[in-house]
Amino acid sequence: MIHEHVVCPFCGCLCDDLEVTVEDGKVVNTKRGCIIAKSKFMNHDRDRAKPMLRKDDELIGVSIEEAMDRAAEILRSADHPLIYGLSSTECDAQRAATELAELVGGTIDNTASVCHGPTLVSVQAVGVVKCTLGEIKNRADLVIFWGCNPGEAHLRHFLRYSVLSKGLFTQEGRKDRTVIVVDVRENASTKLADIFLKIRPNSDFEIISALRAAIKGHEVGDVAGVADGTIKEVAEKMKSCKFGVLFFGLGLTMSKGKHMNIDAALSLVRDLNDYTKFAINSMRGHFNVAGANEVLIWQTGYPYSVNFSRGYPRYNPGEFSAVDVLSRKECDAALIIAADPLSSFPLRASEHLAKIPTIVIDPKNSMTSLVAEVVIPTAMVGVECEGTAYRMDCIPIRLRKVVEPEFPSDKEVLEEIIEKVKAG
Amino acid sequence: MMIKNGTVYDPLNGIDGERMDIFVENGKIVEESKEKEVIDASGLMVMPGGVDIHSHIAGSKINIGRLLRPEDHRKDVVPRTEITRSGVGYTVPTTFVTGYRYAELGYTTVAEAAVPPIGARHVHEEFADTPMIDKMMFPLMGNNYFVLKYIEEDEFEKLKNFVAFLLNATKGYAIKMVNPGGVESWKWGKNVESLDDKVENYDVTPREVITNLAKVNEELGLPHSVHVHCNNLGAPGNFETTIETMSALRERIHITHIQFNSYAGEDWASFASGAPEVANYINKNEHVTCDVGQVVFGDATTMTADGPWQHTLYKLTGNKWVNSDVEMETGAGIVPYVFRERNLVNAIQWAIGLELFLLIEDPWRVYLTTDHPNAGPFYHYPKVISWLMSNEKRGELLAKTHKGVSKMTTLSDIDREYSLYEIAIITRAATAKALGLRDKGHLGIGADADIAIYKLEDDFERSFSRAKYVIKDGEIVVRDGKIAKGHLGRTFWVDAGGEATDEIKEIFSEYYTLNFENYPVQEEYLPRQEVISCK
Repeated sequence: MIHEHVVCPFCGCLCDDLEVTVEDGKVVNTKRGCIIAKSKFMNHDRDRAKPMLRKDDELIGVSIEEAMDRAAEILRSADHPLIYGLSSTECDAQRAATELAELVGGTIDNTASVCHGPTLVSVQAVGVVKCTLGEIKNRADLVIFWGCNPGEAHLRHFLRYSVLSKGLFTQEGRKDRTVIVVDVRENASTKLADIFLKIRPNSDFEIISALRAAIKGHEVGDVAGVADGTIKEVAEKMKSCKFGVLFFGLGLTMSKGKHMNIDAALSLVRDLNDYTKFAINSMRGHFNVAGANEVLIWQTGYPYSVNFSRGYPRYNPGEFSAVDVLSRKECDAALIIAADPLSSFPLRASEHLAKIPTIVIDPKNSMTSLVAEVVIPTAMVGVECEGTAYRMDCIPIRLRKVVEPEFPSDKEVLEEIIEKVKAG
Repeated sequence: MMIKNGTVYDPLNGIDGERMDIFVENGKIVEESKEKEVIDASGLMVMPGGVDIHSHIAGSKINIGRLLRPEDHRKDVVPRTEITRSGVGYTVPTTFVTGYRYAELGYTTVAEAAVPPIGARHVHEEFADTPMIDKMMFPLMGNNYFVLKYIEEDEFEKLKNFVAFLLNATKGYAIKMVNPGGVESWKWGKNVESLDDKVENYDVTPREVITNLAKVNEELGLPHSVHVHCNNLGAPGNFETTIETMSALRERIHITHIQFNSYAGEDWASFASGAPEVANYINKNEHVTCDVGQVVFGDATTMTADGPWQHTLYKLTGNKWVNSDVEMETGAGIVPYVFRERNLVNAIQWAIGLELFLLIEDPWRVYLTTDHPNAGPFYHYPKVISWLMSNEKRGELLAKTHKGVSKMTTLSDIDREYSLYEIAIITRAATAKALGLRDKGHLGIGADADIAIYKLEDDFERSFSRAKYVIKDGEIVVRDGKIAKGHLGRTFWVDAGGEATDEIKEIFSEYYTLNFENYPVQEEYLPRQEVISCK
């Protein structure tokens, strides 16, 4: 059977034009997706998790019911449980996770906390001038990539949205656009650039500020190794384009300055709207990290790092962010869902995660499941079950199911745990 | 259930404060019920559940507003209880809190008034987390590519088909226009300034957009009229554009938050009320209905699809600014704002809203809204009611405002006071009627058993702030102003037919970034729906 218009549940691009061929309940081929999409669908059944409990320091196979019972028991008896992850699952699971966090009076955080968290904090301070990806496809004649590398991280971004795509007022596609890439090194994306602005690591804030001054007509001189003339040239291109966009990634959010960099970038783009039309969009990584923010915002008012210990939502990145809660050894249990913190968190945070009772809900085995107390396998979202995901520009799309799952979905597992916690 | 001996205000059935019993069974008002449950409503006021015709409660715009305002949320925290979820309130409440607070006011049906069609799924997702109330939403059409294209090509039948298709695809309820043409021009940083300006890159004017969509609306027989946020909103002197818009057609038209479009003067220094002129036009022309968008002093979060206006407001205030343009369809802007009593312009805006309420003679055609959360949060409606019912109350506040108000508006010359019957009209009966919701807004046999019961005290604001009982679909959901039981309301949408033609699909594949097949809202997003058919 051939499934058409399938949505890829990998990155924030959420390409929705895949063709997936299924024979005898197995994915045998995919078309149109990038190599990562192909790999995700073709290998979805490899290295799958099984329900397990830790007994005598060893993970032992159990029934999923037993695993869920233990999970509920851990969460019920914890004083300060942490729920973390959520960016690789769908919105109904995110809704249930928020309800669970509220029920047990815990902290809930999603992976934005270690990627675009500073972006969200900056939007709260400055505001943002943004647009959907179709606006860029249809109108943008100047496209800037700053601290992001879609050529390797968002493989079809150039093609579908930002550079090669043809639209209403960009009928010539690539020829109608000027592309500027700002990065600290050459990479797959810089090759495509008309202008590659190579900058020193951690000089982003100064250079963005210099551009901001230059577009307002101030003399800036050489800044952080970038020549005065180059700054003037880029500033002039920004002011004189008809519709510009600045995409940015972790090169800006996680380098020195963090949210200060984003404050500067958001302000630069806002100011450019005195001269022309300009937007700034974040390159979101996991396929539904944007949805994790959206759901938490509509249920609590806040995008990540939310604590319910007082019965109502409180927000404070740095205080209620997963890395900090773990590093300070504040939580006494954790539920990790649809993320693998052990593969990226600082050692101190990971050590605490290994020490406390940790529940891992994931379709696949992960680094984190190796140290878990409870492992609960689930259906793979967008392959084995449906649900909503929000694209990097916050357009909601319904994910498809192409094969039957062996295990219940994240949503079903969380709802079951909620019932068990309430009953206990 | 029997609601015994209440003083009933049911304007759609001509009942004005009569003592009577109301019977409820299976979620409907019935002639008689054998059920034993009795609510003793002696000395209480019984009205149909409130129906809000224009509010921003769900979807991408309000959710960006929530993200933008952590400083607001912490002023109004709402802890969880055994039966309710937690959240935050203030100007941009979370979904659960929105549902609870509307219900506590005695409101049972609310329309989300501006939805980018491509974001319709988002609205329905939030609706599923907005408890207690019935909901509906209006997709934005006044700057849609297909609408502009078909008007430019003089293809009326194609336009009509597209509108019907879009209502179906989004599970929407009415045709919404926001600054028709202006938002498309804003995509190049421009705007339109009159009904006859050309939209950037199109041989189309705002007048053509409004008149064509109004004609489509009537030919499709949609239950509500076109719902219009006029051009030039917020600008001094815009009352002329408003009158021109209303007089551009003879079809039904609803002008929303008309307060923001009833300004005289040439600039901010000469800013004055244009309410008498607007009210005069409405009094003479029955095809117009409006809601007011009454200013309530204090914090607000302004949000509209009117991108260029929000940019102006950012420039005026220097506050943080969000702009969000949406491919092929629309845009949006958000700016926090504070309405101050001592600010002359704000005080005039406040007075203009009240002038409109008081100068428009027919309460069936002027409705209570604050364009939540633009002119103030919806839970201040009881304040507005107190100003309408008591000349003394509004006089007290008028005395605190900038003294220029009396010169620039006629408010101090008006002594009209609304009766309870008229309040019931502008908050439920007339709004239900304008929306074409036949089973809402009244307590006749067969109506939905959505009922608000209030204890009338000397203070009208307090009387309407917390309903004594609210009955939703026949069950008591609010008792003594507090949620007594959770409830998932229905979502209403209109099936007007319409099909996705090959041309529509082809344009999708060329210019949208979403596949056509993934565009329409799937059934899964409507856990409890009711389809309203066209005339």
